Amino acid sequence: MTTQPPMTSPTAFEAIGLTRSYDLEGVSVDALRGVDLRIEQGEFVALLGPSGSGKSTLMHLLGCLDRPTSGILRVGGVDVATLDDTRLAELRNQTIGFVFQSFHLLARTPALDNVALPLVYRGVTRSERRARAEAALKAVGLGHRMGHRPSQMSGGEQQRVAIARALVGDPQVVLADEPTGNLDTRNGEEVMNLLERLNADSGVAVVLVTHEPDVAARARRQIHVRDGLIELDSRSRTAPAGETTEGGAG
Amino acid sequence: MRTAEALRMALEALRVNRLRSTLTMLGVIIGVLAVVILVAIGTGAKNAVEKEIAGLGSNIILVVPGQVGLGAAPTQSRLDLTDVAYVRRVVGDPSKVTVAVNSGESVRVGRNEVFATLTGTDENMQNIFDRPLRRGRYMTATDVDTRRRVTVLGSEVAGKLFGDVDPIGRQATIAGVRFRVIGVYESVGSTFGVARDQEVHVPVTTAQRLIGLPRINGIAVGASGPDEIESLQHKVVAALDARYPDEKFSAVTQTQLLGTIGTVLSMLTGVLAAIAGISLLVGGVGVSNIMLVSVRERTKEIGLRKALGARQRDVLWQFLIEAVLLTTIGGLIGILLGVGGALLIQALSPVPAAITWWSIALAFGVSVGVGVFFGVAPARRAGRLDPVVALRSE
Repeated sequence: MTTQPPMTSPTAFEAIGLTRSYDLEGVSVDALRGVDLRIEQGEFVALLGPSGSGKSTLMHLLGCLDRPTSGILRVGGVDVATLDDTRLAELRNQTIGFVFQSFHLLARTPALDNVALPLVYRGVTRSERRARAEAALKAVGLGHRMGHRPSQMSGGEQQRVAIARALVGDPQVVLADEPTGNLDTRNGEEVMNLLERLNADSGVAVVLVTHEPDVAARARRQIHVRDGLIELDSRSRTAPAGETTEGGAG
Repeated sequence: MRTAEALRMALEALRVNRLRSTLTMLGVIIGVLAVVILVAIGTGAKNAVEKEIAGLGSNIILVVPGQVGLGAAPTQSRLDLTDVAYVRRVVGDPSKVTVAVNSGESVRVGRNEVFATLTGTDENMQNIFDRPLRRGRYMTATDVDTRRRVTVLGSEVAGKLFGDVDPIGRQATIAGVRFRVIGVYESVGSTFGVARDQEVHVPVTTAQRLIGLPRINGIAVGASGPDEIESLQHKVVAALDARYPDEKFSAVTQTQLLGTIGTVLSMLTGVLAAIAGISLLVGGVGVSNIMLVSVRERTKEIGLRKALGARQRDVLWQFLIEAVLLTTIGGLIGILLGVGGALLIQALSPVPAAITWWSIALAFGVSVGVGVFFGVAPARRAGRLDPVVALRSE
């Protein structure tokens, strides 16, 4: 693929003066008003903020689902402004894994095929897709659930399928939008453990959007968004030495 | 994304919405079915008429007074037997010219009575027309010259009058005059609604006396080969025009009849197919409608696929293939049902039906085309969905 980001870049996301405004019935609404942000590879970041703060918009921009109105956004070192829609889709496919609050699994499709879906758009052969999806499901502890449909699984299991799907394409970053929002405490805990472990083991950066303080507390860095601006960017003291952002896996 | 992958996805989507897919296909199925059956009937009718004309015999030129056209009223004839002799001289071979004088008469045997077409003709008739005998003999030159009261019956007349009894040598009363039956024709069916099996042939001289007029209705000339037809046709007409400068004569050949009728019936078949095609178009609108609903319903799925890296064209392709698959499967089912229906009509009803490969190919092609045409708009809409909006939709 032509859009394979250069692996030499250690920076997962780099935003400079990022703005995004929407036109709502003729009125221009500024959702982001100039965000500067760097997220290195291997970081574990929580995006916090009340609803309407712009954190979802920021998440969509980081996920290449949307384009900034102005400012520069580099994803894996690639300036998204230089990409057309097709290249942007390819960048998304290669670089980013999504985990959604409501899982977003294809309802009538078995877990294995749900997990393999991103690889379909990468032109990977069927047998290889199967093998990789199997490996991803085993990695999230669902090796025994491969033929099950989402309706046959618990919420926690469904979210783990979604995490397997996010990881199957070997992304640089997993973007998780309220990943525990629809789960009970126990399952939420399990999903957080899984994300933490994946971050530690494979060095994939995790950016999670949440409004739950205890979920956010598990991230090593918290970015508070308010009124379209970054209000506070703090690093947990608990982060072990040597795993600070500047020295992160790269 | 590979095409095979898109095909698999589309099949899966159709399978999941089985009832809806079937109902949507139904429009296409009915349209294709109608095209195939109506074209089969039209073609069958054309074949049947062509067979009838060909069944007359080969290389026949019919000479009649006046301007001839299909359905034109017969012109009062002023031709008589001297003109037949004249045409025989012009043609050169007397055995290749025969004559006809027609009149509707009642024929009676004992208590059985039928209404039949009395045709006065001569001993050359069987050289030109294809009228095989079942029993007995044809009339001879002597029968004609001596005005014998002998008759050769059409198969239906013979059956109605004599039943299972062998009519040869028996008496039949035609228009009050007693005739002796010398032969019975094989059944040959009808031509242009003229039931030839209801004809009663007698010598032309006897017929003229019976009717009381020395006229004849027409002359038939047999050409020795297809190449000779046109020149012979012109020769005969020119000769008659020269003999009667103030009158018009026409000579029509089977080829001309076939051409005229073939054109008319082909047009008819075309019109029928076009009407059926409209229902196919309506089926296509149904496909478009359902695909639009499907796109709306699956907005979230589309958003998800895009988030996972589906390009615009991947999504477009997926939905377009789904639409084309709907109409193609519908088309194939329609073709199968149409062929089955045409065969059934052929077998169970007097309506002739002939299946033509071109109608099947056309119906298939059109149903694929309908899928593409009516699938593009919904597929484009799906492809252009904004992933952020699509993911948010509930």
